[in-house]
This record gives sequence, C-alpha cells and structure tokens, in this order.
Amino acid sequence: MRTERIVLHFPKELVDKPVIVNLVKKYGLDFNILKATITPDAEGVMVLEITGEDENFTKGIEYLINLGITIQPLSQDVIWVEEKCVHCGYCVSYCPTKALSRDEKTYLISFDSQKCTACGVCVEICPYNAMEMKIFV
Amino acid sequence: MAKTIEEINEKIRQGKAVVVTAEEMIDIVNEKGIEKAAKEVDVVTTGTFGIMCSSGIYFNIGHTKPRIKLGGGKVYLNGVPAYAGYAAVDLFLGAAALPDDDPRNKYYPGDFPYGGGHVIEDLVAGKEIRITAQTYGTDCYPRKFLDAYITIHDLNEAVLFNVRNAYQNYNVAVNSSNRVLYTYLGMLRPKFGNANYSSAGQLSPLLNDPYYKTIGIGTRIFLGGGIGYIAWHGTQHNPNVERTERGIPKGGAGTLAVIGDLKQMTPEWIKGVSVKGYGVSLAVGIGVPIPVLNEEIAFYTSVSDEEILAPVVDYATAYPNREPDVITYVSYKELKSGEIELFGKKVPTSPLSSYPKARRIAEILRNWIKEGKFLLTSPSAPIPGVESGVRFKPFSGRELLGEVTSK
Ligand code: SF4
Ligand code: SF4
Repeated sequence: MRTERIVLHFPKELVDKPVIVNLVKKYGLDFNILKATITPDAEGVMVLEITGEDENFTKGIEYLINLGITIQPLSQDVIWVEEKCVHCGYCVSYCPTKALSRDEKTYLISFDSQKCTACGVCVEICPYNAMEMKIFV
Repeated sequence: MAKTIEEINEKIRQGKAVVVTAEEMIDIVNEKGIEKAAKEVDVVTTGTFGIMCSSGIYFNIGHTKPRIKLGGGKVYLNGVPAYAGYAAVDLFLGAAALPDDDPRNKYYPGDFPYGGGHVIEDLVAGKEIRITAQTYGTDCYPRKFLDAYITIHDLNEAVLFNVRNAYQNYNVAVNSSNRVLYTYLGMLRPKFGNANYSSAGQLSPLLNDPYYKTIGIGTRIFLGGGIGYIAWHGTQHNPNVERTERGIPKGGAGTLAVIGDLKQMTPEWIKGVSVKGYGVSLAVGIGVPIPVLNEEIAFYTSVSDEEILAPVVDYATAYPNREPDVITYVSYKELKSGEIELFGKKVPTSPLSSYPKARRIAEILRNWIKEGKFLLTSPSAPIPGVESGVRFKPFSGRELLGEVTSK
C-alpha cells in the first residue's frame, strides 16, 4: 500500500474526460481530490491523494502520463509559528518523525523542519493553531 | 516560629522578603529541611497554564444613542452568541460558545476554528470585534438593532470571571476502544495508544496547599497577566476525595472561581483554543502566592511530581458513562518523562497544559512580590475544606425519558 499526493496538469483536450475515474476502475486506486482548478488558458490542475497497491500505483501513474498529463509530486511544508506556540508539548508524542521534540530540562519545544514529512498530524491537533500547512503547487 | 501575613507584607514592602517558586522550594526543603526552609522562605509562588473551559467574561458596552436594551435580545460578537439575559448593555460571553453556523461535529471530528475563547483573546489583544444585536424596543429603549465594531477600550467594565479553574489534580485519559477518540484531553489513539494529562503537577496552586490553609476567598493572584482575585471555590469543588499520606488528592478535587480585570490581561496568558472533535475553550494562566506561615505550609509547598498521583481513566467507557473505574495511578514524574507503563506496555504521554508557561508564571509572580509590586492578602473567608463535608454530586434531576440514550 502506498499513498502519495501529486499534482496533475491536464492538457485542454483532457479536461472534460473521465480520466480520474479510470484510476479506480482500471487500477483499483483510491483517490481524494484536494484541489481542482482550470487555469485561464484552459489547462486543468488537480491535486490528488492516491492510495493503492504499489504495482497498481505505478501502472496508474503510467496511464496518466501516456494520456499526456504531466505529474509532479506535491511539495508541502509545515511551519511552526513560534509566537503562537505555548510549549504545551501536546504534539510531541504524535509526531512520527521526532521533528517536534522537547528539551528535557526546559520542557521547551523545538521543530526541525528537515525531519518533518508534512504528515499533518500536528497541524490537525495543535489547539493553538501553531502548526500550519503550506501547500505549494 | 510562625509568621503572619502582615509580617510577610512588611518584608515585601522593605524588599526583604524571600520569595521562591514552588519548584525552587522542593530543592530548598531537600537541602535545608522543613524547619529551616519555613524560617527562611516567606512566600512560595505557584503557576498553571492550561485549557480551562468554565471561563468567561462579563462586560458593559455603554449606552447607545438612542438607547437599546440588549437584555432579552440576541447578541453576537464576531458571530459568537453572547448571553444577553442581564440589563440593557451588560453581556456575558462564555469560552465554549460557538457560532450558530459552526457545523460542530457534523463533519466529525469538527475543527471548531473560532468561538468564545477566541473572541476573548481578540478582545484582550485590542482587536476590533463586530457586535451585532437584535432586540425588541421599549418606550425607554427604542432601538432594535446594533451593528458596530468595538474594542476592549470602548468597554466600561470588562471582567474575566471563571467559575471553575485551576483543578487540583486531574485525570489521565486513555482509550481502550478500537477507534480514535477526540476528547477535551486531546486525541486518544485506540488500544491505549497514548495517555494525556493536564496539570502543572508540583507547580500547580492547589497541589501546593492541598487543604486550602492559605488560599481562600479574596486571595490576590496572577490572572491572565494581570492581577486577579479568588472569588469563591469553583464549581464542582470536591474536597472529600481520596488523598495520599501527605494530603494530595488522588484525582480532581478542589477548584477555584477567579475574577480579574480583563483590561490588565495580555494575549500571552489568555488564549483561545480549538480542541479537535470537542470544541473551543480558553487557555488561562493563573499563579497563586502561598505565604509560608509555618512549617506545615513549608512542608505542603515542597511537594514534588513523584508524590502527586493521577488516576488513569478510560475515556472510551468509564468516563462517558460516569463509571468510577480507575485503571491505575501514575505520578506526574512518570507522566512528564514522556511515557508511562500500562498493562506491561510503554504508552507515550502528552500534556495539555504548558509546564514552561506555568514555570514562567511562578517566576513572574515571584518577581512582582520581590519588587514590592504585589502584596499578599489574608482570605476573607476560607474555601470549603475536607471538614465542610462539601461533595460534588452527580446529576440528580428527574429525567422524563425512561432511558438515557448513548451516542
Ligand atoms: S501542540 Fe501546538 S502549542 Fe503545544 S507545543 Fe505543539 S505546536 Fe506548540
Ligand atoms: S507534520 Fe507530521 S512529521 Fe511534520 S512536525 Fe507535524 S507531526 Fe511531525
């Protein structure tokens, strides 16, 4: 099983074709549309989260590429807004990569963006809104 | 030799008082013993910063021209409903209030991005708040609508009045079920995946005065960055619970109702919070000074995290159904280490209250007292102790439905 977030750029002629539905029909992939827009020059841009078996995943992506869709990985960035953080430490044990950690003496929190995989857990649970997800397409 | 509060205040005025935080007191008593510590230390300062839902503000917006009677009407602040059951222009806003159009948990778990706690924080920060009101007209108050921006500076009185804060100890929440739970103690992973707690432990006000010997009605405190007072014992105050040998309650016990001028407060110590799947609330910073009147009080203020036990409660079964079951007791020392052991397994712990902020509050209060800016008060009356027989009763109303429906 694998889940990836990707950005698709559709040429004009594909914008109204049911290509995404085929990911489910032909390759058994699950998808979640995170964002979909049509640019002023009629190209379609879609941010998708796709989940499926490794093999099907690769086939599905090949299918899209063969149709003439360009694909990029989605780069996300999680930002620690320090002035909003109260250093409660609530997020630390939820962070799967230890990007959020606590100093054992001062109990102050620090954030190492290098270790962060932008899983989004902290963004979801921080009661003070101190973790923000930025999405760059 | 016992001291009086007046003697301690005289020392504070002269800049001679020895003031330490509850954390520092632990080491002092360890090094010097109770007797010497009681002689040398005059005041111990405590602190806590956490989510305290039973908080709210009352305020007076002044009379409009022509006059409007908000009492009996409907009033919103940035879309959050305020309570308008007072006279013409007095309002109350609770920390947990939500806009009517917030979807709540309809899309579970709800996000609760903005509510009463956030309005309170925005007011404290000096931001403009939109007030909209609809009411009925009278001969003396003819106006029926109001739509305006106000700031805290436009208000006459703006008072934080929290009916239950600073819980003396609290539950540790775990989840025995197979699904994630979203509670006021945070997100609980299935199958005892984590354990969440919320207390400053050894720095917490009521854990340093477990029998309320110095903390009482009228005690002057640090509240939200300003000076406040203890107004009463808090709702659900429950002194008669099981205690350890040194008198520390083994679970939620005493609580405080506190009051203070919102205009003195700062957003650093008053913060709106959004608790996923649960609701909105207000995080409040409170610090209470404890006069070291004698050796007994010196002893109480020397309590440390390993001596404070908290009950581990299952929020999948026991808590929602109000069953008394406690899985086990763990100390705050264990909780703060980042993991506890449950059923022979290591379980990660997460705090909901901020220890660094609690520490900072105790330090600020210590400095205020050292600088002679803050004098101690004798309580006007005590809050109910063990001997009062006061107990927190469960709901005992007569329900009209034969059965209680569960979720
Ligand atoms: S949960 Fe939020 S406020 Fe608390 S330490 Fe993490 S980022 Fe800071
Ligand atoms: S987004 Fe995930 S990996 Fe990054 S800091 Fe938050 S919890 Fe850790």
